Amino acid sequence: MSVSAKKRWRALIVDDEELARHMIRELLQPHSEIEVAAECANGFDAVKAVAEHKPDLIFLDVQMPKLTGFDVLELIGDDVSVIFVTAYDQYAMRAFEVHAVDYLLKPIGRQRFEDALERAKSRLGEKMPSAQKLADSARPPQQFLERVVVKDGTRVTLIPIAKLDYVEAQDDYVALASQGKKHLKQQTIASLEACLDPNCFVRIHRSYIVNLERVARIEPYGKDSRLAILSDGARLPVSRTGYARLQSLLDERK
Amino acid sequence: MHPLFTRNRLGLYLLAWVPLVATSMYGLVSRGSLDWFRAAVLTVPVYLLYAFLCLSAWYPCRATPLGKVSFVRLLLTHLTAAVFFSFVWTRASDAYAYAILRPEELAALTRQFLPQVNAIFTVGVLLYLLSVAFHYVLIAMEDSRRAEAQAAEALILARDAELKALKAQINPHFLFNSLNSISALTSIDPGRAREMCVLLGEFLRLTLGLGEKTVVHFSEELDLLQKYLAIEKIRFGERLKTQEAIQEDSKACLLPPLLLQPLMENAIRHGIANLLEGGEVRLTAERQNGHLEILVENSWDPDAPPRRSSGMGLRNVKQRLEARYGKEAALHVMAEGDLFQVRLSIPLESEEKA
Repeated sequence: MSVSAKKRWRALIVDDEELARHMIRELLQPHSEIEVAAECANGFDAVKAVAEHKPDLIFLDVQMPKLTGFDVLELIGDDVSVIFVTAYDQYAMRAFEVHAVDYLLKPIGRQRFEDALERAKSRLGEKMPSAQKLADSARPPQQFLERVVVKDGTRVTLIPIAKLDYVEAQDDYVALASQGKKHLKQQTIASLEACLDPNCFVRIHRSYIVNLERVARIEPYGKDSRLAILSDGARLPVSRTGYARLQSLLDERK
Repeated sequence: MHPLFTRNRLGLYLLAWVPLVATSMYGLVSRGSLDWFRAAVLTVPVYLLYAFLCLSAWYPCRATPLGKVSFVRLLLTHLTAAVFFSFVWTRASDAYAYAILRPEELAALTRQFLPQVNAIFTVGVLLYLLSVAFHYVLIAMEDSRRAEAQAAEALILARDAELKALKAQINPHFLFNSLNSISALTSIDPGRAREMCVLLGEFLRLTLGLGEKTVVHFSEELDLLQKYLAIEKIRFGERLKTQEAIQEDSKACLLPPLLLQPLMENAIRHGIANLLEGGEVRLTAERQNGHLEILVENSWDPDAPPRRSSGMGLRNVKQRLEARYGKEAALHVMAEGDLFQVRLSIPLESEEKA
């Protein structure tokens, strides 16, 4: 037998309903190789518990208050096996199928559970598909991001999109400016741009996306380039193509 | 487009002109002015022209719908058109006759028709007016057909809305989560599992039963709400607290069925379910000033992103209220701090009216 068969697994159960958590715990009972390290009733606890227990496997409910299962995955990274659990969410289910992520439907049947568990074990050490890609394909068509989740250590912050002032690219990270603070998040500016409502956010520069609501005025700056002055005084460079985009959007709004 | 411009209809219309053409030809032949063939060559194109000219009556007919414009204007419009077209027709027919008839035929014809020139012009006017009448009939027929189609469509739309409302009532998310709770309870607490099965069964039965009626007593709807809340309480545990203040008088009031359940479901799905520590749902109902006043309040997280399908339930309730009571009923939504309120005001109905 392989080593992994004897390995002890640490698992996390994340669901906001106690009975649902109990259900999974019960289904895990015959599996002595799996030890439930913690149960979490919400996403915040889950993020903390992941840092604390370093689980191998997480049973993650999709619909939870404040932080959804997708948010949690985004915050904990992709080197853990996740089995999603959902009652009914056609978009999420499609996303799981597309990205070949294991998922369970409530009510959870024993056979289906065993299958998912087997698959998850066999995938040990494989990376999960990126949470962002998963969340993107689980979003219903024509819908944009409503908030961004960022993590600073184990502290999780939710930034509602309306409170996002601008985004600045910094290598593999983006700095999200909101209410005078900057939050770092590991994401490319292009992938973030794709999730934002193009009627509210404009890519004014290779490294900047701005919330149109915050733009107070545009000033010329040197040859061929301009500065966007935001209502809080921030000054962002505007490239020539960025200026064209900004103008066409402002024209549309008139 | 003119309604006669389809092959079948146009054919029938032209067929109606055939007796007229035949009579005219007979008139020409019997007086010995022309032989049958020459008579046909003359009359067929002349009447064909007028048949088409008369079709143009459709446009003034449509522009002056019966009963919507004054009689004087109606008369003036169509008489003017009739005189104009008859004039054009008689002139054109004259010119055509000159062009195709031999001199001796023309002389015979002139002898025959000169005294009747005015009569022919009058016939033209009358034919045109006949066509006007015919077009009014046509328009009335089209209108009634359209009205019928519209009524049928409205009926389908109403049914559709009803079906959607029903479907929304039995939310799949609620159903699957409840089943999962039952599944979990079977080993922890078989008694409660059975209790929840019964509750769920009753809830579904009530939903289906109430959905068939057009109006129900508030007490029946209340019964459904209580079943619903009992199920959700098992699911959410400590996180869901409920409070009720129902005035006894209000229970006999009538209202459309399954109107409040979506509100209660919103309160839980968009309110309580988004709160880490849960919250409270309050239901208040009383009779006041000839109305049944219902208030659904719940704690909620103002920062929570609007979930998809949020507002669908509210819109549906609003539409149903408007459809039944018009401006008599009201629905007010208020979000203040961490409290979300939906206030319903439904005019009291007597049993007989229902």
